[in-house]
Amino acid sequence: MIALRSSLFAAAVAAAAATSLPAQEVDRSHPPTLPPPPALRTPPVQTATLPNGLQVAVVEMHKVPVVDVTMLLDAGSVRDPADLPGLATFTATMLQQGAGARGALDIADETAFLGAELNTYAGYDAATAQLHVPKRRLGPALDLLADIVLRPTFPDTEIARQRDLRHAQILQQRDQPVAMANVAFAAIVFGAEHPYGRPPSGTESSTAALNRDRVAQFYQANYRPNTARMLFVGDVTLAEAVKLATARFGAWPPGQTTKVPDVTPAAPAARTIYLVDKPGAAQSVFRIGEVGVSRATPDYFPLEVLNTILGGSFTSRLNQNLRETHGYTYGASSQFVMRRAAGPFVAAASIVTAKTDSALIEFMRELRRIRDDSVPRDELTKAKAYITLGLPGEFETTRGAARQFADLLLYGLPLDYYGKYIPQIDAVTAADVQRVARQYLDPDHFAIVIVGDRSKIETGLQALNEGPSVHRDMWGQAVQ
Amino acid sequence: MVHGRTDARTHRTGGPPPRLALAALLAIGLAAAPAAPLAAQELRVPYQTFTLSNGLKVIVHEDHSVPIVTVNTWYHVGSSDERPGRTGFAHLFEHLMFMGSEHVPTGDFDKLLEAAGGDNNASTAEDRTNYFEDGPSNALALMLYLDSDRMGFLLPEITPPKVDLQRGVVQNERRQSYENRPYGLAQENILERLYPADHPYHWPVIGSMKDLDAASIDDVRQFDRTYYTPNNATMVVAGDVTLREVRPLLERYFGGLPRGPAVTRTPPPPVHLPADVYATLEDRVQLPRVYDAWHTVKAFAPDDAGLEMLGAILADGKASRLYKRLVYELQIATDVSAFQDGGRLDGKFEIIATARPGHDLNELSRVIDEEVRTLAESGPTAREVERVRNTIEADFLGRMERVGSFGGKADQLNYYDYFVGTPDYFQHDLDRYRRVTAADVQRLARDDLLRAHRVVLSVVPAGHTELAATEGASR
Repeated sequence: MIALRSSLFAAAVAAAAATSLPAQEVDRSHPPTLPPPPALRTPPVQTATLPNGLQVAVVEMHKVPVVDVTMLLDAGSVRDPADLPGLATFTATMLQQGAGARGALDIADETAFLGAELNTYAGYDAATAQLHVPKRRLGPALDLLADIVLRPTFPDTEIARQRDLRHAQILQQRDQPVAMANVAFAAIVFGAEHPYGRPPSGTESSTAALNRDRVAQFYQANYRPNTARMLFVGDVTLAEAVKLATARFGAWPPGQTTKVPDVTPAAPAARTIYLVDKPGAAQSVFRIGEVGVSRATPDYFPLEVLNTILGGSFTSRLNQNLRETHGYTYGASSQFVMRRAAGPFVAAASIVTAKTDSALIEFMRELRRIRDDSVPRDELTKAKAYITLGLPGEFETTRGAARQFADLLLYGLPLDYYGKYIPQIDAVTAADVQRVARQYLDPDHFAIVIVGDRSKIETGLQALNEGPSVHRDMWGQAVQ
Repeated sequence: MVHGRTDARTHRTGGPPPRLALAALLAIGLAAAPAAPLAAQELRVPYQTFTLSNGLKVIVHEDHSVPIVTVNTWYHVGSSDERPGRTGFAHLFEHLMFMGSEHVPTGDFDKLLEAAGGDNNASTAEDRTNYFEDGPSNALALMLYLDSDRMGFLLPEITPPKVDLQRGVVQNERRQSYENRPYGLAQENILERLYPADHPYHWPVIGSMKDLDAASIDDVRQFDRTYYTPNNATMVVAGDVTLREVRPLLERYFGGLPRGPAVTRTPPPPVHLPADVYATLEDRVQLPRVYDAWHTVKAFAPDDAGLEMLGAILADGKASRLYKRLVYELQIATDVSAFQDGGRLDGKFEIIATARPGHDLNELSRVIDEEVRTLAESGPTAREVERVRNTIEADFLGRMERVGSFGGKADQLNYYDYFVGTPDYFQHDLDRYRRVTAADVQRLARDDLLRAHRVVLSVVPAGHTELAATEGASR
């Protein structure tokens, strides 16, 4: 049970007597005292493994007759060959462009006819095939899912069609300063040799090189039941799910799979400002950060608290400072992106062009202050309460619960994880927060990536003495 | 078009039909006999309601599946209530509602709520402004305390510097979401051509920089006294709570707030577009995009649901007619969408398509017009109608899952209450779509699109006006 322990608690006690006054005399001088918060009830996860190694996990939620099915495949962008960034995401897209006896348009038409949503995509650590469907159409919708996962045909005409579409989308990235900043930041922080440094959607030249053989090869090597996980969340039981999955995925042959080799990120350079020019931009898009931690970090809980205080909530320091105190932006935030290997720490905002230099001062002030000074007790208590008391809301919908449990499956975390979550957040102290801030935030080696109108912002940024400024393109590569 | 306070943050009887029968249906392309509905039972969101003596209407919906509660408040005011020279003001005011009130110092609204594990957000649209707090069920009293203080005691705490600060935030929202985003200024260019200057939908919710600059503390006072009153708001409390708990808290925190003046509105002038309007906007974009916009009908008018289905048949998903022709077969576009957008005062229908490199907008427009004409002449197939209906029905099921946030059950109860006067209108709303026939869709394609005038806006890369759609080129 959590109680409010901050100054708020003292104020709330004082106000308790006022709660029975009639309307006209309500005492507004203090916020009301609150009863103890409800306990977190997370639905249990049930599991089974099919003979071919496919793991099936089920979370029963019977409020609404819908089922969400997530199939995780060890076929993420980290498996992109060095010469072909974009292959994993392209292969995931291609699953839906022809499978079994169905053509691309048949798959789309039949999915919609069933009232289902079917999506296939790849992130860095996994490819995902996701189905969301009314219970009454679960069987035929799973037939479609089985076709696209097990029997994709990768027709040449569809490869050409999707390749051409992707060319246009890469071209359109030049219009999107936020997309430009994300691609450049990853390349600069991790280096182009690291899987997390390469653009998951590929480049112009890698897109041109995509063909049926490379796609089929990637599929054969990585889409296997023994490394796959299938999660059902919603109006379904374990027995039903196992029966449905066995009928469709039971004959999927297991295969040899390779481990993703560990690649060391590029050694961090001294703090540098990387400018990506976007003439005429109304705002400067900031991405400040470095290599952070993996999902397996032993410091997960203190880092969650740290980030909530720094940039993970509306009242966080970055948002309060840059938005609510200075009005430089619509919102500022930060995040430790945790993956199978160490992902980035990144602080982010879109800043009005004229305040680009002022904003960098405030960003750096906050990023240093959280290391230099211990976090006050009120702020620590608020952050911990925000995380723990907000947790039940994450399990309200089938999609929300699926997101939470898919993370456990993807990163091999124990399935009773959320049952032990709250005490571990509660145990975090101010000293823990300062320790992880000093350990994982290194302002001397931050990459400061800014996409904006160089002619208007460069002089001001140079005058701050926060590091040299260099010019990069949207791929993070040097501009002459 | 809706503008939020912030972007969403991460941290929102009978079995299935026999499979054989369904497969046979697909194989012979006969779907005229409607399949069993996707949901076994009627959609129902039970509620209880009461009204305080000051006019504040309260709707309570119990859902005990998860120990959370949401307080969702709709103020019946939006950008359509703004006066000339003050566009964007309703949204700016929404931001000021978080800047503290007499008993809640600036910053405490968010701090107190986060410390109780709660979250909040708000959004402004043409017709309404909505606010919500979501959190653990024990935080209900705090939510009501905070909401009542800003409903009743906002003005003592709002000062010119606070107005200036949020003006800056909102102007940055405009930069981030419109000016610094490709095609971001298209919609306001459509609105000013589709609606006459004296129509409340003539301007965008976000407003102009100039008008935002002009907003003053006097505007805040006047707006607060006119619109932010108990009798101009409806509040939904939903989640793991009971009416017995909710009612005394509502009485305590809101019962003493004074009733405000009745809000009266002059109905807007009738809208008529006497001729096609072509316009071109140069933008910092790589690829040209064409927008066709028509006047249609308001939300829940007899043809509103049919127009929505027309939009889905034209462009929802890869199986839709326009996607198939433009993106899949001809490969001259990267994307296409079409939708009916009905408000309280009026509605519009839009078709939007982006050209692939090397193609101009007249090529796209010719195909769009061809497909609209085909639909107007021959109507959709029974299977198309059924497919779209099934997608919509599944969407209704999805909308029953969440209590809070934007679009949760509480927000929907408020939406239906304000638009049709019945909070639990879910099943009636779904039935509107079930009644739409292929002949309706055909008639709407003919009368509301093919035979009606439209605004055609081309957004082209700067210096490339030759790529724009031109009058007479496509018909």
